[in-house]
Amino acid sequence: MNKLDQLFKHKKQNLLSVYFTAGYPEQDDTVRVAAQLDKAGVDFIEIGFPFSDPVADGPVIQKSSKQALDNGMTVQRLFEQLETIQQLKIPRVLMGYINPVLQFGMEHFLEKCAETGVDGVILPDLPLEEYQMHYEGLFKKYGIHNILLISPETPDERIQEIARLSTLFIYLVSSNAITGSRLDTGAVVSYFERVKSLVGDQPVMAGFGIRDRATFADVCQYTNGAIIGSAFIKALEVSSTFEEAIDEFVESINSLEMYK
Amino acid sequence: MLQIKSIADKRGYYGEFGGAWIPEMLRPNIKELEAHYLGILNDPDFQKTFRNLLTEYTGRPTPLYFAERLSKQYQTNIWLKREDLNHTGAHKINNTIGQVLMAEHLGKKRIIAETGAGQHGVATATVCALRGLECVVHMGALDVERQAPNVARMKMLGATVVPATSGNKTLKDATNEALRDWINNPADTFYVIGSVVGPHPYPEIVTQLQSVISAEIAEQFKAKTGKSEPDYVMACVGGGSNAAGAFYHFLNTGVKLVGIEAAGKGLHTEEHAATINFGRTGILHGAKSLLIQTDDGQVVEPYSISAGLDYPGIGPLHAWLHQTGKAQFLGVDDQEALDAAVELTRLEGIIPALESAHAFAALKKLDFKKNDNVVINLSGRGDKDMATYLKALDLK
Repeated sequence: MNKLDQLFKHKKQNLLSVYFTAGYPEQDDTVRVAAQLDKAGVDFIEIGFPFSDPVADGPVIQKSSKQALDNGMTVQRLFEQLETIQQLKIPRVLMGYINPVLQFGMEHFLEKCAETGVDGVILPDLPLEEYQMHYEGLFKKYGIHNILLISPETPDERIQEIARLSTLFIYLVSSNAITGSRLDTGAVVSYFERVKSLVGDQPVMAGFGIRDRATFADVCQYTNGAIIGSAFIKALEVSSTFEEAIDEFVESINSLEMYK
Repeated sequence: MLQIKSIADKRGYYGEFGGAWIPEMLRPNIKELEAHYLGILNDPDFQKTFRNLLTEYTGRPTPLYFAERLSKQYQTNIWLKREDLNHTGAHKINNTIGQVLMAEHLGKKRIIAETGAGQHGVATATVCALRGLECVVHMGALDVERQAPNVARMKMLGATVVPATSGNKTLKDATNEALRDWINNPADTFYVIGSVVGPHPYPEIVTQLQSVISAEIAEQFKAKTGKSEPDYVMACVGGGSNAAGAFYHFLNTGVKLVGIEAAGKGLHTEEHAATINFGRTGILHGAKSLLIQTDDGQVVEPYSISAGLDYPGIGPLHAWLHQTGKAQFLGVDDQEALDAAVELTRLEGIIPALESAHAFAALKKLDFKKNDNVVINLSGRGDKDMATYLKALDLK
């Protein structure tokens, strides 16, 4: 059982995941950011590997991806960095676009994930149909979760199909928008409730537009937790001391009451 | 009438190329289009309005002109399909009329588009003005600076031009921004894609709408020569819409199909847009095709003197035609294109778009027989390129 399975087995509420871009702000900061997020008490991390044309991302994440690419970041380099953080207990998910993965080779990629302690992968532009047709067997072979997305426009039957194919949690894109868009939590309640009624006990994590304690607490009423990306990248941008900025950011989201 | 017969398979593939590699957030939009596009294309009302606008508004059929002096120069028979004579100056309007009508059929009120040199943006803005629809054109911030006259035209037509400031601020970034706009506005917005690229069913839709070109070539050629088909059909290729349109009715015939891509500063340099010559299979903007990219799968910004050809990918149909040998693809560099533009201008009194000039430059690279009949798709006129021509050519 991988680390992410264990996490979801033992913790059912208020799971906090933080997204950051590998190789940002400096190429080797992947390792420092991961270690500090682990120390700061985040439940799991989502490490984004950069792509030149990230259509589902907003300006903040795209800018960080571009800087990471300018820093010379590659998929190969990411796996070398992941090897050095194998001792960290924190579960980790990789997020990125399909083209770099296909150039690396899907099987090679999943094999390296398994070797370096990656528990799951999020590839927004790998459609369900292509996954089922070509890659499902490979994900199973290497024990890597393919984390599938649903959006407010996803029809009921498809949500059920995605739930059936999901081997761990389902990623709820909070609104039909790119990352970093503002979230109107009131407007998405019916969507969250609809998903819950369709997937039952299967864990769901919300992402896109969650940026502070209030939005985190709001979505956690309807989900098992949430993923924060753009707001974290922004916090890194303005930081003077890196480790402190990470601690402060995580503390600003997690309130003590949540852990009681 | 159009012959609406999908070339792609059910999943939107041409061989191994194509498909719809899109995030879940875009799926409802694409699914809606996929469910309706064939029905709309075959709808008699759509056909009637489309045909009527092509005839009365853009000036179709465009002539198939026998270029006598050019023919003499190359010791063969050269025919020009005069897409440059369309309203707005290029073949682009065939597609935008069709897609905007399609948007109306789907009840969409807001039209978005991406544009590189501005030709597709102008063509979209034109049809939106004609039909009274809101129009937002995403254009790379760098291209907004470089293509000021086209930006002015779009604004005069009432469109909003949004400069794309992400990435390298050119066509591929404008396409990313248009896709993002569509993700953020799924209900009321229709994305008018400018070439045979993007997720299925776009390559198919644009090919069908542009196939009016090859339908006319076939008919006109027969009427003028009595022969069933020409020996060659040639067209420049960026994303590949004018070539797809010129090739369509000749795909399963003996006609030699030749696509010409931009070799920029030369195929031996890194500054080119020769996707078929140098691309590898990859996924960009929702389609699997050939792509200029690094070993790590990052998309490389292409280069060409012609802003309409510098797209790092190519329509999946062309990748498949190349792979199966159904079409031949040649590279023509900046200087060769410039020389060909001057040659056509001086021999025939026609100033071609820089994109189209690439197709003419390939005349030197092929070995024609005296009796051959060669059709070149003259996709657009050169007015928009005068600044580049004046700068690059020593005109006294």
